Amino acid sequence: MIEARDLKKSFDAQPVLDGVSFEIETGESVAIIGRSGCGKSVLLKHLVGLLKPESGAVLIDGENIVPMNERQLLRVRQKFGMVFQSAALFDSMTVAENVAFALRRNSRLSEAEIARRVAHALDVVNLPGTGDKSPAELSGGMRKRVGLARAIVYEPRILLYDEPTTGLDPIVSDSIDQLMVRVRDELNVTSVVVTHDMRTARRVGHRVVMLHQGKVQANGMPDRVFDSTDPIVRQFVDGVADAREPS
Amino acid sequence: MTSSAKERVVNMLAGLGEFAFLARDTAASLLRLKVTWRDFLFQFYSIGVESQAVVLITGAFTGMVLGAQTYFQFHKVHMDTATLAVVAVSMCDELGPVLTALMVAGRVGAAIAAEIGTMRVTEQIDALRTLATHPVDYLVVPRVGAAILTMPLLTMEAICVGIGASYLVSTRLLGIDPAYLWYNALHFAGDADIVIGVTKAVFYGGIISLISCYKGMTCGQGAEGVGRATTQAVVYSAITVLIVNFFLTLTLGKLLGLL
Repeated sequence: MIEARDLKKSFDAQPVLDGVSFEIETGESVAIIGRSGCGKSVLLKHLVGLLKPESGAVLIDGENIVPMNERQLLRVRQKFGMVFQSAALFDSMTVAENVAFALRRNSRLSEAEIARRVAHALDVVNLPGTGDKSPAELSGGMRKRVGLARAIVYEPRILLYDEPTTGLDPIVSDSIDQLMVRVRDELNVTSVVVTHDMRTARRVGHRVVMLHQGKVQANGMPDRVFDSTDPIVRQFVDGVADAREPS
Repeated sequence: MTSSAKERVVNMLAGLGEFAFLARDTAASLLRLKVTWRDFLFQFYSIGVESQAVVLITGAFTGMVLGAQTYFQFHKVHMDTATLAVVAVSMCDELGPVLTALMVAGRVGAAIAAEIGTMRVTEQIDALRTLATHPVDYLVVPRVGAAILTMPLLTMEAICVGIGASYLVSTRLLGIDPAYLWYNALHFAGDADIVIGVTKAVFYGGIISLISCYKGMTCGQGAEGVGRATTQAVVYSAITVLIVNFFLTLTLGKLLGLL
């Protein structure tokens, strides 16, 4: 289970998270939505200990990770897989080396077993036979899928997705959505998806959390949030520009 | 003190603190051997083998110029045969380690800062951390370990090539008697000079690699951040080498009984 308790974080005196609290049950899939710059990615990075809050707690299976140092966090992070907005593939390695990275460093599996698992992970993300390519040879969608293969190959219990469909065309976005649903259901992992794509949030999330001005504005089943009468939620869901803001 | 000056002092002290923590983590990780041989050998090749051309050219031309200049001065007082002795002592104690360090800072330090800086701005370091890998173990330790081991080898290579090139210039071009040249060189340059050169090189390897890794891991956002980190890595490494060289010269001279 993941629990965020009253998280506060600011950058250069600008508050980004201002008392964010929520819980995510084991096996649940939660979509975190909100406008660009509202702190979605910052929140996601707090869940895996990449950022530390100024106050508040992050509990992973009841263990507060905020006071942990970098080396103590390594143990907790073995429960996580993360797909980055930019994919963040290691550009000095091939696709297969990227996917095998965690297995080579953190397990005692034989090379044959690692190769088998890498091939399976690439099959799951519909990229068989791409192991020898370098990340630079891949399209944006393929890079995201390799990032997902790298995140699932060691069978983590929690998967974090940071804007998985941003910058992709609708067809590729749809394939990534299907992939996330498939991974969620087949591997039975807890998923946290940060997105501002309403279709992705509706398809992948069992629950939707909306952030606004550093606080949780809405938290509930997708239909409840998307049918909300709250003007802030409505404006975001309907994609209506703020009349006070210059276009 | 103005607020901007205060801010600069605070930032500088904070930076020194972060650098000290990085040095501590690196030392602890080195002692626990938290490094894979594959990563280490790759860095050993990258720092040692790929620096060959730079080190050979620097060593050879420094030795030749020093030999020629020494001869020009010594010839006036009929001490031509002491030329190689001066070159040998200078190359072992100062020019070999310092010039090799400056050239390696330019080539290797810049490459380390640019590579790690790019990994930082493209979230590859965050990706490492989510894959339960400590960035110090994976990125810093192999580079620092390889630099500490390769720098003495590169320095000795530069010293040998410099003395050899100076010998050729002295005997073939300037017409100095080779027997007396060697006799004086062996008489005045001793084990202590080699110990000084190698010891300095070990320090400079650690300084250059640690500063460059630190600058890469703390670089600002975007291409500008990486560019600035790369420049600072080279400049700070070079300045630190020159300052530390003075204190090492005095300390090692005292310890080895040269003072």
